[in-house]
Amino acid sequence: MTTASLGRWLSRNMGFSAALLLLAILFLTYNSLHPRGFSSAVAIQNANETVAIAFVAMAQTLPVLLGGLDLSVGAVMTLTNCVASEVLHGSPLQIVFGVGLTLLTGTLFGFMNGCIVVYGRIQPIIATLATGAVAIGLALLIRPKPGGNVDDDLSWALTNSVWDLADTYGFAEGGEAWWIRPFADIPVPFLIVVIVATLVWVPFRRSVIGRTVYAIGSAEGAAYMSGLPIQRAKIVAFTLGGFLASCGGLYLAIQTSSGNADIQQAGAYTLNSIAAVVLGGTSLLGGTGGAIGSLVGAMILRVISFYFRILDIDPLLQPLIEGLVLLTAVSFGVFRTLRVRNQLDLFR
Amino acid sequence: MQLSLSAENKPIVISSLFVVAILIAGTAYTLWTAGTAPLLSVGYLLQQLQTGSFLGICAAGMMMVILLGHIDLSIPWTLTAAAMTATAVGGDMALPTALAVGLAVGLVNGIGVAYLRIPSMIFTLGVDTVLRGLMVAQTGGFAPQDTATPLMLFLAKDRILGIPVAILVWAAVSLVIVTILTRTGFGRSIYATGSREGAAYLSGIRTRRVIVGAFVISSLCASIAGVLLTGYSAKAYQGMGNAFLLPAIAAVVLGGTHILGGKGRYVGTLIGVILIVLLNSVLSIMQMPEAGRQIIYGTVIVSMLLVYGRNQRVTS
Repeated sequence: MTTASLGRWLSRNMGFSAALLLLAILFLTYNSLHPRGFSSAVAIQNANETVAIAFVAMAQTLPVLLGGLDLSVGAVMTLTNCVASEVLHGSPLQIVFGVGLTLLTGTLFGFMNGCIVVYGRIQPIIATLATGAVAIGLALLIRPKPGGNVDDDLSWALTNSVWDLADTYGFAEGGEAWWIRPFADIPVPFLIVVIVATLVWVPFRRSVIGRTVYAIGSAEGAAYMSGLPIQRAKIVAFTLGGFLASCGGLYLAIQTSSGNADIQQAGAYTLNSIAAVVLGGTSLLGGTGGAIGSLVGAMILRVISFYFRILDIDPLLQPLIEGLVLLTAVSFGVFRTLRVRNQLDLFR
Repeated sequence: MQLSLSAENKPIVISSLFVVAILIAGTAYTLWTAGTAPLLSVGYLLQQLQTGSFLGICAAGMMMVILLGHIDLSIPWTLTAAAMTATAVGGDMALPTALAVGLAVGLVNGIGVAYLRIPSMIFTLGVDTVLRGLMVAQTGGFAPQDTATPLMLFLAKDRILGIPVAILVWAAVSLVIVTILTRTGFGRSIYATGSREGAAYLSGIRTRRVIVGAFVISSLCASIAGVLLTGYSAKAYQGMGNAFLLPAIAAVVLGGTHILGGKGRYVGTLIGVILIVLLNSVLSIMQMPEAGRQIIYGTVIVSMLLVYGRNQRVTS
């Protein structure tokens, strides 16, 4: 890449680049302050706690790109978390079936959201507010009390390093094969997120449907006049959102070996996902940004909370500091306002 | 009655009919199971409205912000912060303190959204988190005074001529909001700014001040609700406002206010609140478990909006 094209890319992806830089600084500082920083154990622990919010933030990105908002992502994650806590045990075939059932639940729920938004022509924010309540209700039906039964091997293998994965399932000579050595210390949860992002998000973004989603967010009328498949794109966007949210719910069940239909937790995940999306450089007006940015945004949110473990901060001050950091981070949007020459540009 | 309803009144009529339907269904249930009809007694309805007044006042403030096409997610902790600070100060200064907290939060929200142009969705969310942090930091380590003052108890629990004072406070807030929306230039500016901010700005409306004003009203309403709720439960506590955010938004939207701003009547919000309160009380009479409540709640919102809340098809 030449300097000129790099410069152009940077100016077009200001928010994303800033988020990436912020994450790099925060993460490196965190690891150098941590007594066991830059070790596999720390990375595994961090990755484990980031996966659920990362998936939920990616799920939130799609409706936001359309210019809407999905207030049900946290609830769908909770619902799928409860489904997974019921079905992830038994023979390997049963477990595979359970994984499929969990992902199908979230995908169908997202599809339903999409249909309500497209055919019911209800604003996404308010439609998902309602369907979110339905999802929580279903989650409570499935799991009135927290708990669950998740296969121990699966739980162990997917929440540790690649070596543990190979060791648990006994492939690649139990993790000692020469070709797996370079990857042995990488946390599996990190790989899961990267793989899903690469296999799902990247092809989606390059497809006609994906481009249509961006076009709808920029100017829905223009997209319609250009003959783009608007309705299909909206439905696919919500369906994919449901799928990604169910990935989050599935992982949470594997990580905690349980399901918990907690309304407060669902709400917190939804709100944090919006924060992560904005931090990652996606505009709430729609049309610009992407799920990779939201991934970075979610990581930033998590790294900030990791700091409280190593710094000697009064635990009572933690929520305040978290809030101030969040408020400061989103306030960087003010630079756009200060640069505006024509007042009317503010009202877009 | 006219057969063709204006687009603005349709939601109001339909949600009123639904309120009646809830009352009939609930009464049928109680007649069948217990042979009594508590839902139709004045005393019971007044009591339900009394507990509904907290939501009603929150929704009144929320409506001002939604009319602008914005949203105020800071209501839960504005309510809580106002209540907790007020009880910590105590005495005669409790009420002014609560209002001052509301005013301050509203100003911060308004300035962030109107002048810094940060989307309200995320800015008010940040303010909410900061307020939560402040309250945790304030109450941590020692327990500040949290009992309601006599005035709060009077406002929330007493009755004048048989009518709960809380309902009167709600009525007063409603009167103020209706007057603002229909009788003042500020009210018209809110509708104009909500329809198209650029056009309103070019017409000479100081749209930023309008936005700040609406956010201040929203936060003031939340703090009044906080005061009442403290009186009702005799003390202020963390998380007391959490149950009000989403129902407030739902009530405003069920009442026909457009979530993207510019359209809506206050009567609709009032009926939206009554609908939600009655729905909740009928479900508790039926001893519906939380799971069923949530599902019914969501289904009702979606199906009501399917009847009258649909957008225009995008055609250009």
